[in-house]
Amino acid sequence: MSTSTVLYDHPGPRARVRNAVLSVVFGVGLAALLWWVYAKFDQAGQWEGSLWQPFTEAPTWTQFILPGLRQTLLAAATGMVLSLAFGILFAVGRLSDHWWVRVPAGAVVEFFRAVPLLLMIFFIFYGVPFLIQGPVPAFWAVVVGLTLYNGSVLAEAFRAGIRSLPGGQSEAAYAVGMRKSQVMRLILVPQAARAMLPVIVSQLVVLLKDTALGYIVAFPELLQRGVNDLSANRGNVVAAAIVVAAIYIVINSLLTTLANWLDRRTRRRGFRIPKQAAAPDSTPAGGATVAEPQG
Amino acid sequence: MHVFADPTNLDAYLSGFLWILKLTGASAVLALVLGVLLAAFRVSPVPVLRGFGAAWVNIFRNTPLTLIIFFCYFGLYTTLGLTLSDDLDLNNYWLGVVGLSVYTAAFVCEAVRSGVNTVPAGQAEAARAIGLTFFQTLRIVILPQAGRAVVAPLGSVLIALCKNATIVGTIGLIEASSVMKDLINSNGDAVIAIFAVFAGTFAALLIPTGYFFGWLANRLAVKR
Repeated sequence: MSTSTVLYDHPGPRARVRNAVLSVVFGVGLAALLWWVYAKFDQAGQWEGSLWQPFTEAPTWTQFILPGLRQTLLAAATGMVLSLAFGILFAVGRLSDHWWVRVPAGAVVEFFRAVPLLLMIFFIFYGVPFLIQGPVPAFWAVVVGLTLYNGSVLAEAFRAGIRSLPGGQSEAAYAVGMRKSQVMRLILVPQAARAMLPVIVSQLVVLLKDTALGYIVAFPELLQRGVNDLSANRGNVVAAAIVVAAIYIVINSLLTTLANWLDRRTRRRGFRIPKQAAAPDSTPAGGATVAEPQG
Repeated sequence: MHVFADPTNLDAYLSGFLWILKLTGASAVLALVLGVLLAAFRVSPVPVLRGFGAAWVNIFRNTPLTLIIFFCYFGLYTTLGLTLSDDLDLNNYWLGVVGLSVYTAAFVCEAVRSGVNTVPAGQAEAARAIGLTFFQTLRIVILPQAGRAVVAPLGSVLIALCKNATIVGTIGLIEASSVMKDLINSNGDAVIAIFAVFAGTFAALLIPTGYFFGWLANRLAVKR
């Protein structure tokens, strides 16, 4: 179904009245709930001007939120570049003709997709220093963890994209005398990357959100600086959390809008691969897809 | 492997994964109920309900889970004084379940809604033609078919939920990742073995779960 409007008839007089009544009832219920939350906040003194005033002062932004945002974006950008490279490398590896490349690449991808990102970050941050006899910066613990996990997810997306291309593409390339690596590099990967662009961008949203895990290993990103450190000085945890959540929501909504726009654009050009092929997992025909909701 | 020969460490390992399973179980049930409800809201004829569903999905899907869990603890519990249990561990556990459920429900909602989109329009038109109401159409015709199409995506959501349960460690629940951190800090000579055991346990739990859902999805797929 393309639109959900086929689910119900065009409302007649009775349905319009019923919908209006339901709207009012639910609206009142929602308003009551919001009022209750407001009253609770009020009771706890969370609407005090002194808690919100820091957000009108420049130092809050220049010393806490913006430096945190910068670190978040820096870690996300580094992680994006590295995980795209990792993804392409392992997708090609999994499609190799040699079993001694295919099997290890498959094992690596399956393993990193199954291990929680936090476990990996903990291992890199707390465990690897014992192995290399020196500290690992929190930045690299976060970036390497993000790369291994998101790179593995992207590898599956690329692989699904490459496999969904018509067989004639590689046959024609071989027929004009290209080598295996040329077929992959010049013919298959560019088309797969373009077809999978919406999936790739929505995975990058996941990656950006996951940088918040850096808070747990004291990496000075947005959650650490904007909520934890700021509220340690000002005692306004709830206010700071709401402001920082709004920043995350705005950034991620922009990226999601970009993904949807790319999706529409590729569809318009008739460049789209079937939904089930777009799923990283073995979704059956007619299956639905959804981005992997890692934290 | 000498680390796990010590009964204290073995107990910590087992209780860590027990917390993960408990968090996953309770949150999965709550998120599924909430998510299906939100999906029904999002396709309903009432604009206020549609707006509520859309707002929920946009807010919780775009906020990092770490921030949501952080807010559950420092916002709901510390600041607003919401206590869900007198036992400290159980209180953290339920706060974690609340955070995981509201976050995962947004993903369940999107999965179910994309499943509704796989049901051919003719099914809903036929249901309306024989006079079924919106709720009857949804309950008898659409959701059963959509449910079978979303087995695989819901499987991915469940797997992600199980992995995300480690984040509840931030608010002081000693689950698997916190146990691993403690073991690594006190056994610097066996870090690889410790990581291999914890990561291996997750892989052993989740890779078969992934294949199971793939198999189930193929078995339940609606033949069209």
